[in-house]
Amino acid sequence: MMSAAARANPASFKVIPSRLALAAEVLVARGGLILLATGLLVFLAVPLVMILIRSTENRDGVFIGLANFAQYLRSPSFGNSLTNTLQFSVTTTLVTVPLAFGFAYAIQRSRIPYKGLWRNIAMIPILAPSLLAAISFIYLFGNQGWLKFVIGWFGIKTIYGMPGMVLAMTFSSFPHALMILLAALALSDARLYEVAEALGTSEWRKFMTITLPGAKYGLVSACMVIFTMAVSEFGVPKVIGGNTAVLAVDIYKQVIGQQNFQIGAVVGLLLLLPAVVAYGIDHLVQRRAQALLTARSVPYQPRRARLRDSLLLAFVILISAALLLVVGMAAFGSLVKVWPYNLSLTLNHYTYGFEEAGLEHAYRNSLNMAVWCALLGSAVTFTGAYWLEKTRRDQTEGLNFLRPVIRFQAMLPMAVPGMVLGIGYILFFNHPSNPLNFLYGTMTVLVLSTVIHFYSSSHLTAVTALKQIDSEFESVSASLKVPFYKTFWRVTVPVCLPSVLDIFRYYFVNAMTTISCVVFLYSPKTTPASVSILQLDEAGAIGSAAAMATLIVVTSGMVTGVIFTLEWWLVRRTQAWRNTAQS
Amino acid sequence: MIRLLTRCIKPLAVALLAAVASCAWAQKTTLVVYTALETDQIKAYQEGFNKVYPDIEITWVRDSTGVITTKLLAEKNNPKADVVMGLAATSMAIFDNEGMLIPYAPAGLSRIASQYRDSKNPPAWVGMDVWGATICFNTVEAAKANIPKPETWKDLTKPVYKGKIVMPHPASSGTGFFDVTAWLQLYGEAEGWKFMDGLHENIAQYMHSGSKPCASAASGEYVLGISFEYRANREKAQGKPIDLVFPKEGLGWDLEASGIHKGTKNLAAAQKLLDWSITDAAMALYAKNFAIVAIPSLSQPLPNVPADYASRLVKNDFAWASKNRDKILAEWSKRYESKAAPK
Repeated sequence: MMSAAARANPASFKVIPSRLALAAEVLVARGGLILLATGLLVFLAVPLVMILIRSTENRDGVFIGLANFAQYLRSPSFGNSLTNTLQFSVTTTLVTVPLAFGFAYAIQRSRIPYKGLWRNIAMIPILAPSLLAAISFIYLFGNQGWLKFVIGWFGIKTIYGMPGMVLAMTFSSFPHALMILLAALALSDARLYEVAEALGTSEWRKFMTITLPGAKYGLVSACMVIFTMAVSEFGVPKVIGGNTAVLAVDIYKQVIGQQNFQIGAVVGLLLLLPAVVAYGIDHLVQRRAQALLTARSVPYQPRRARLRDSLLLAFVILISAALLLVVGMAAFGSLVKVWPYNLSLTLNHYTYGFEEAGLEHAYRNSLNMAVWCALLGSAVTFTGAYWLEKTRRDQTEGLNFLRPVIRFQAMLPMAVPGMVLGIGYILFFNHPSNPLNFLYGTMTVLVLSTVIHFYSSSHLTAVTALKQIDSEFESVSASLKVPFYKTFWRVTVPVCLPSVLDIFRYYFVNAMTTISCVVFLYSPKTTPASVSILQLDEAGAIGSAAAMATLIVVTSGMVTGVIFTLEWWLVRRTQAWRNTAQS
Repeated sequence: MIRLLTRCIKPLAVALLAAVASCAWAQKTTLVVYTALETDQIKAYQEGFNKVYPDIEITWVRDSTGVITTKLLAEKNNPKADVVMGLAATSMAIFDNEGMLIPYAPAGLSRIASQYRDSKNPPAWVGMDVWGATICFNTVEAAKANIPKPETWKDLTKPVYKGKIVMPHPASSGTGFFDVTAWLQLYGEAEGWKFMDGLHENIAQYMHSGSKPCASAASGEYVLGISFEYRANREKAQGKPIDLVFPKEGLGWDLEASGIHKGTKNLAAAQKLLDWSITDAAMALYAKNFAIVAIPSLSQPLPNVPADYASRLVKNDFAWASKNRDKILAEWSKRYESKAAPK
């Protein structure tokens, strides 16, 4: 770049010897890798190792082997919590995945109208904290719920407990399953269906022998993701679980209620187990996945089928209506004067919350945290992915062993439940002899933990975007003696800006809604809005809890809207090459 | 594109600098106060205090009694609190035993009734007010389901109340804890646990706080919520259809009390807060929320609370309750927590 600039502007005398530029480039490449590896080590690996260490120590830090495990495993509450956790997670998976599959099937394999609309509605739960669903289901099916009679049809006496937990979790996890299944059903080889048709195969048989097997990797993935989400979910059982104990709530009770960090660490490790197993299974299965599409494939285009399309449309409308109802009910609940006796509308719950319960502060904290998470997260994730995937191995000689280590750590957060990460953070950052101790209780630690918590998906997005760019760019810039970081800034970032914005949005929304990790790390001055929902619920102020949840949905919805518009505008203005390349 | 990005980064950098600068600028004394006061009480108390001492800022660490108690005990060797305010006297007695409090006689101590402060002189803790058991009884739902209003604690074990009652969890809630200790003192150990066995059959949920049971009863989720008078009055004032029931056998209660935490680096400011906590102005604020304040002559009658409220409180042996806190909670947990989810 320097030489190019010099040539363009002969008056410039700033000609840097290329050897120096080269040295700088190597330094930046190596420094970046080391920085990334150190960051992940300090903010992910070490806190997790701390859990392992502390689980084998007593209160005074003396090694006591597996005594803590024995104590917890022998406690009467353990068996109960374990059974409940497994029942909760398995049921949620069995409910969510088929529903999401039906929805994805309707979008990808039928000719129903307004597909974009249904798709967007189905993504709404992502904007809401899972607590919103729990609160809303109390309004809907609680003892004063408008639709209480409906659960009666299924022989359910009370929503508190397993039924409410599964419903609320299904709502929260639906879009996550849907995204995976939409991708799994996106592409299919039409020739298979043509052959089946020629052989006179029935629709049902085609579905069972072509469609389902084609989507099996997506199905496994969706099951594992939903299972892991439910195992580590804490807000839903806390709010609507009644007396049904699960492992995630046990951790909270041990750490917050009893200040018993050792047993908390033990439960954390136990919670890590099913999540890691699920992740492992998924990983093994995905490795066997082969490309379904070859160069000779013909993309499948669904044909019109009136009966199928009407049925699927009815199904999609039903699900969309249900999702909207859940959000709408929480919003309505937040506006009602005295639920359920005086349904006139009021903003009292908002003003009460803002004036007396410190919600204004919490809301600002959350905004603050979400913006920092989004800025830091998108910057670190994207640059990190670039350094990992695009820097030249010969420039980082001796450090290349770091690449697989970083890659592993970048994917690790996906298998680590937020609560477990949170415990690791308390144990590590609250340790009196840790020089980073000053971070404990600060906004910085909330931001860092949240960036790490949601690192994997963002990393994958970034890597995917980067892989779409030909590495010729790096080769060309190398031959032009332009350091790669200039190429990164001048070419890669602008080209990938839509993906970077996607990562930004993902971090923002998740930081607004997350609770599992931050619930251990906030201090009175940094209480985020999602945690304040929990506190309001604990105090019985369900109207204000609903108000705060609604405010979060509205905020993340608006930010998502702005970013989508920006992406659309950017793609139109700067990414025209994508379309010409495709056509 | 680049220019766009640089343009975004600049204001951020400015904001960051401003944030750093504002930290350095604030030179007020900050007191870290651990409390179990209700969120909607804190604001008035803080404003009252700041009217007199505008240069002392309070950072509240608030949670329910059980959580704050365990938190303080866990932080014993590395304390973060300067003052503990509005926490149950039974918990304060535990801290006193552990040597965690600095005894201090706030100005005007003699006005505090002797049963509402630590008996030593100077006392390790001083009371603010009494908070006591109250049942929130939803009249609308009761009429619908034909459920009679209870008069006694023992009434609550009748089958007609099955699945209709919620109460606070004694490990997390101070209200829940004084309910349990009151029953044990009223009926004696064996009888008391037997009563709770019967009550457990009717309890729909054990809740995190002392407030939530009343809020749940007030919104008709359940018919009866075992709670305390402040929350009951607040809910009723909002137009919710509840009656306050004060069971005849006697009401469990505790004191909201304050003390200075050992290790504070702001002793002078902490003493000022303690001084303020027993002034007439402070008592007037407490009296709006509770029927009995620690200077009895300053108590004001509360709507819905009977005039003879003081004589309805059980005889509460704080020393016994605090000494046996762990034991009682362990027994409670063994009996009622390990059971499977309620029907």
